[in-house]
Amino acid sequence: MVEVTEHSHRFMKYLRPERLPHLFCPGCGNGVVMNTIFNGLEMSGKSFDNLNMVSGIGCSSRIPGYVKCDSLHTTHGRALAFATGLKISNPHRDVIVVTGDGDASAIGGNHLIHAARRNIDLTVICINNDIYGMTGGQISPTSPKGSFATTAPYGATDKPFNIAQIARASGASYVAKYTTAQPLQLSMAIKDGLNNKGFSLIEAVSQCPTYYGRKNKIRTPVEMIKWFEENTIPIEQAESMSEEELEGKIVTGVYVNNPRTEFVEALDKIIKQQSDINPDDNIKKAYMSD
Amino acid sequence: MIYLNEELCKGCFLCVNVCPKNVYTPSDVINHKGVKVPIFDVDKCIKCRLCTLMCPDQAIDIEDDD
Amino acid sequence: MADEHYFLQGNEACALGAIAAGCRFFAGYPITPSTEIAEIMSQRLPKLGGHFVQMEDELSALGAIIGASWGGQKVVTATSGPGMSLMQENIGYATMTETPIVIINMQRGSPSTGQPTRSAQADMMQARWGSHGDYENITLAPASVQECFDYVIKAFNLAEEYRCPVLVLADEIVGHMREKVTIPEKVEIVPRKAPEKTDGVYLPYDAPEDGVSPMPAFGDGFNMHVTGLTHDKRGYPSTDDPQTHIDLVNRLCNKILSKRNEMAMIETEFLDDADTIVLAYGIPSRSALTAVKQARQKGQKVGYIKLGIVWPFPEETLLELTKNAKRIIVPELNLGQVFLEVDRVLGKHAKVELVSKIGGVLHTPKEILDKIMEE
Repeated sequence: MVEVTEHSHRFMKYLRPERLPHLFCPGCGNGVVMNTIFNGLEMSGKSFDNLNMVSGIGCSSRIPGYVKCDSLHTTHGRALAFATGLKISNPHRDVIVVTGDGDASAIGGNHLIHAARRNIDLTVICINNDIYGMTGGQISPTSPKGSFATTAPYGATDKPFNIAQIARASGASYVAKYTTAQPLQLSMAIKDGLNNKGFSLIEAVSQCPTYYGRKNKIRTPVEMIKWFEENTIPIEQAESMSEEELEGKIVTGVYVNNPRTEFVEALDKIIKQQSDINPDDNIKKAYMSD
Repeated sequence: MIYLNEELCKGCFLCVNVCPKNVYTPSDVINHKGVKVPIFDVDKCIKCRLCTLMCPDQAIDIEDDD
Repeated sequence: MADEHYFLQGNEACALGAIAAGCRFFAGYPITPSTEIAEIMSQRLPKLGGHFVQMEDELSALGAIIGASWGGQKVVTATSGPGMSLMQENIGYATMTETPIVIINMQRGSPSTGQPTRSAQADMMQARWGSHGDYENITLAPASVQECFDYVIKAFNLAEEYRCPVLVLADEIVGHMREKVTIPEKVEIVPRKAPEKTDGVYLPYDAPEDGVSPMPAFGDGFNMHVTGLTHDKRGYPSTDDPQTHIDLVNRLCNKILSKRNEMAMIETEFLDDADTIVLAYGIPSRSALTAVKQARQKGQKVGYIKLGIVWPFPEETLLELTKNAKRIIVPELNLGQVFLEVDRVLGKHAKVELVSKIGGVLHTPKEILDKIMEE
């Protein structure tokens, strides 16, 4: 429990003070991304009162539990499936999905590509720290080649996923990627994602000093932020670089901004063709006795 | 004014790194939770509020001077 | 408008039952022999202003219906064994978060891919124990097309009343056969109860002992946090305190177990003087009733019990009904599943015998009659 005063942090009004301080380790990027979510929300002009949050399992998926809004903390990898049902049940509410690299691209990879394909109006904040934090530092599908983890004691052998690229290839209408060293750009991307009527994914490359840092000799949060700064390449510049040159680099920027027909709107168009019933009449249907 | 909530600060010093005016410096001041908290020089602050965006623990508030 | 009569397939009746119960949201993944339910929902729901989504798999189908349930919808999905296996994790989530959902499982020959176009009742224990952890749910077993319609409505009502997943475990035969169905002019519907607004701290899981609390929809202003973690009455994760976990898990189980006799749906025939009772559920109950009548014609003192709700198992009611019986015969389309529960509960005073059949073909009345006549 934290006492709220007039000198509390500017985003404290969105949080549940009775649950603070949150469980994130010192210097964890999740808290930074949480700030950028509120910052982006304020810039977007969307109402906090109209916000629902959904998350899966992992450190980053704990964020919605600290936010003073209706939130679903679901099962590992399935946040987008739950969010799909929630969004369709009441499309007038804004839904932010918070997920991690393992949650979104390993166990939940299939849901990611299909939610993007449908272009359902969700704003997905994928916090990618290149490691499994909650379970103690195991290797992730986004871990750079050669990086170490508790289940990759001799270094990762695989080519890592670029989650933003997956979302773009799967049909997301807005995709951007920035690191926690770029909190203003992240905020802007979240703002644009919220204002995009369709599937938006903002990949936030984030630091896990406790596991990624420790295993890979980047020991402090500040060192990790500096490591991001040194290895960040703007997407425009990356276009003229070879695959070898880009190995281990973080390519940031807007990957796609291409609005197209949204999923629930397309469903509702069919409803309008097939019946005289306004789909809005069915919102909260479970509470009706007819 | 700068307000640092020591109940929330976990001593990561990301504020020290992000501040363009070097308002914050690491310190050996240990709060009652055993965390080393930063010290700050309010006179250098230009109120850009980058620190409030970067602080992972929502421990900092920057107040406008009226 | 009076009651209407139709000639329907079981899967069709399930879909119509869901719609009659007020369901306007279906998410699913195609699987034989349940696909007609999805097909009919995809055709009917848009005409009612409702939504159908074909998801990418059964894991997401269950995720989507749970999400929509919190959005304020009555929700259903339909599947068969392999899909049911994939749904288990989120069944546990719905149990833990007390989310009303209805799952229709048209059972087929199994394990694994098994016999997609053949019947079985081999998922009965999975229905009971399939997800990890200590939990209880409600499972209904329709034996006719009419019961597909009626039981699916009942399933929706029970899901709202007990705030838990309710499973309708039919089978390929019931799903694909066609029979006359009476659709009543009016069906009884249990609407969801919304909590009242409070000025103080709202405790969404402050339920009465062995009971449930009202359920808000997202957007109602209650700022719910819904988590599959062990949570306190506020809904906040509380994973280290043993007592929180003890209280929560016991309540989740007892809210259902304590009503096992009250909610039971039991049909009986010829029990008065019966020393032998055939106890059945689902499709074998129809062969069983014929067999019992044939045995009666041969002068056997044999009775008949049919369970509409298999889980929770109505122990005390069955003990009372069978107290004078010496033999209980259980026909099942598996190698003995509900038989084990019958034997556990009734085996102390009666000899419980299994008439097992697998392979996809229903028991003939003669196979059950032969068992009755063995002694």
